[in-house]
Amino acid sequence: MAFINPQDGSGIPTYRVMDSDGVLVDAGRKKLDVSNEEILTWYRNMLTVSIMDVIMFEAQRQGRLSFYMVSAGEEGISVGSAAALTPDDVVFAQYRETGVFQQRGFTLKNFMSQLFANANDSGRGRNMPVHYGCQYPRTHTISSTLATQIPHAAGAAYALKLQSLQNPDTPPRIVTCYFGEGAASEGDFHAGLNIAATRSSPVVFICRNNGYAISTPTLEQYRGDGIASRGIGYGIDTIRVDGNDIFAVYEAMRDARKLALSDGGKPVLIEAMSYRVSHHSTSDDSFAYRARIEVEDWKRRDNPIIRLRKWLENEGLWNEDMEQETRASIRKEVLQEFGAAEREKKPAIRYAFEDVYDELTDEAKEQMAELKRILETYPEEYDLRQFEGGIKGLEKE
Amino acid sequence: MASLLRPHRVPRLCGRSYSTAPTPSTRLNLPIDYKSTPLLHHSSSSLSNAFDLPPSSTSKSMNLYQAINAGLRTALSKSSQVMLFGEDVAFGGVFRCSMDLQTEFGSERVFNTPLTEQGIVGFAIGAAAEGMKPVAEIQFADYVFPAFDQIVNEAAKFRYREGATGGNVGGMVVRMPCGAVGHGALYHSQSPEALFAHVPGVQVVVPRSPSQAKGLLLSSIFESRNPVVFMEPKVLYRATVEHVPNEYYTIPLNKAEVVKPGNDVTIISYGQPMYLCSAAIAAAEKALGASVELIDLRTIYPWDRQTVLDSVRKTGRAIVVHESMINYGVGAEVAATIQEGAFLRLEAPVKRVAGWSTHTGLTYEKLILPDVARIYDAIKQTLEY
Repeated sequence: MAFINPQDGSGIPTYRVMDSDGVLVDAGRKKLDVSNEEILTWYRNMLTVSIMDVIMFEAQRQGRLSFYMVSAGEEGISVGSAAALTPDDVVFAQYRETGVFQQRGFTLKNFMSQLFANANDSGRGRNMPVHYGCQYPRTHTISSTLATQIPHAAGAAYALKLQSLQNPDTPPRIVTCYFGEGAASEGDFHAGLNIAATRSSPVVFICRNNGYAISTPTLEQYRGDGIASRGIGYGIDTIRVDGNDIFAVYEAMRDARKLALSDGGKPVLIEAMSYRVSHHSTSDDSFAYRARIEVEDWKRRDNPIIRLRKWLENEGLWNEDMEQETRASIRKEVLQEFGAAEREKKPAIRYAFEDVYDELTDEAKEQMAELKRILETYPEEYDLRQFEGGIKGLEKE
Repeated sequence: MASLLRPHRVPRLCGRSYSTAPTPSTRLNLPIDYKSTPLLHHSSSSLSNAFDLPPSSTSKSMNLYQAINAGLRTALSKSSQVMLFGEDVAFGGVFRCSMDLQTEFGSERVFNTPLTEQGIVGFAIGAAAEGMKPVAEIQFADYVFPAFDQIVNEAAKFRYREGATGGNVGGMVVRMPCGAVGHGALYHSQSPEALFAHVPGVQVVVPRSPSQAKGLLLSSIFESRNPVVFMEPKVLYRATVEHVPNEYYTIPLNKAEVVKPGNDVTIISYGQPMYLCSAAIAAAEKALGASVELIDLRTIYPWDRQTVLDSVRKTGRAIVVHESMINYGVGAEVAATIQEGAFLRLEAPVKRVAGWSTHTGLTYEKLILPDVARIYDAIKQTLEY
């Protein structure tokens, strides 16, 4: 009789393409199937996210928006993985995947409209900042509830599979689902991976393991070999990659996508290792539970942006002048859109009630009429100037 | 969160009663005679004038589970977007509602899921978000709570948070057997409709009969563009038998049904207690000479307040009857709405007859849930106020 001791195994290895100096680990390997121009776009996209993060974090500190979450240290995971998707693929994200939106064509105006909950926000001013959403490429609007999107992704991927079966002209599509290692402790992680496996859903689950869930280090989150080891238990093809290595992330996602569409469809799990160099959110001071020196070490030691920059410089594709110029121009663009978004009106008041159901219920209509009466009776109590159309915004256009 | 019992044995009502049985002196709390109740279409001829049913059609006599099965078959035939899944649905379901459907429509569209309620509803949300019409089954309403987060935070809020992207999960329906069955105790008896009725964004539907079930189910799948929680009173699966139109038809989800007109008091109910109300009304009209109006809500939320208010403005008295607990139950919302909307016409306080605010202890079921005697007493007290 022998019990299997999880410590006996050697642990799942981490796939890496380039080291922290931007040098390919395997010098003799085949070139990446991506053009240099495309790689420069990735770099610019990572920079954009990182610059926007700094500006918006500060803006929140100044009270100009209610909340913000940076994705510092994880830009490589989101940009690298999204780069391997087609626009017809469907994405469900958690909230620290700004790079996915950036890579999929979300504009600075889209970001700023959502962050300021203004009239141009596709979420109609209803969601907290960083809860982005996009109709096409379909990137579902983020909800705060952790891990709920994991079974959604399993069901959505199954739907895409059925649609392909029913209409062979449909291009093959997958669903990609992002979540952190903390969210992976939720029951929905278990439900989602298991149901995806039994229904053979073409979905790629990508876990951002950044070492912390708010204040909780992974030592208090799990005792197994990270998240990747669980995939095997569900019968899911699994890989662990270095999340600071955008090439490794891209290649893993590119191959995971092919795998997900093979054999009539199947789920794949990617665990991308990184470190959350920032605070959890603007409501969090992470030095309350981890040492400043640890964070500084990580920032200096490794970072997906610096790593790719070193590779670009080694290839002669980038230099300090280009860096300064690009940073300055992105910063200028962000500030421009920031100012414009801040000046925009909020959406019309009726959007507080619309879209609960496909049509307004009689109850909603009565409540809207009652709100109108209150607003008219006590005009000095409410500042409606910020809303499009003021009190008229309660009526249908 | 599966049932401990072999669930297919649960609904088969055996003759033996697990709690207080009628004695020779019992006049009110007699077993409901579903074969003679006026609430069911015992012959095809009564169908033609029936409220919200197609005017002329061929029909077949069937019980509630067969009507659900017929509704699901119609839905699966009508659209390839319809999918049916849950625990044990492939072999026909523990209540036989999905019988033969996998054979007819294939294992891609009718299938078993792992035993995970949050997974089942989450999966349905994802499929609906990509344009499918998933019909998910939760084996017992008692086991829907692991999926509460998915229903309340996700399904209900999906369209609202997506806003202008147009994303929504309007195609989904979550079916679940609900209500007491005589011996279901704590976890095979619950009716959580009030919990869902507190959640804007979902529609909550409870049918009372086979013909109603088919029409409301097809409406939930094809007419509604919102997520629907569809609760099937499991005690009626085999007990209620009536003529059900063979064709495709729908019953609107925003209309209550005045089942029986009356002038002195209005009773508002839904699901299985409709039969208790009907029996109590027959006894009260005979003994007290009163005329009672009976309304079936059918859709619990968003509900048809106008039909209820019109009735109470006419009768001046109202009683709400439901099986689930009285505290913060559907009756509270209906009573408050009546108080606000018919205040000057009310001649008596609105009475609530519902389950006592306790759990459905096995041996006490008949004492805990509303029965004909309590409804009769409520009519009497309301009239005499």
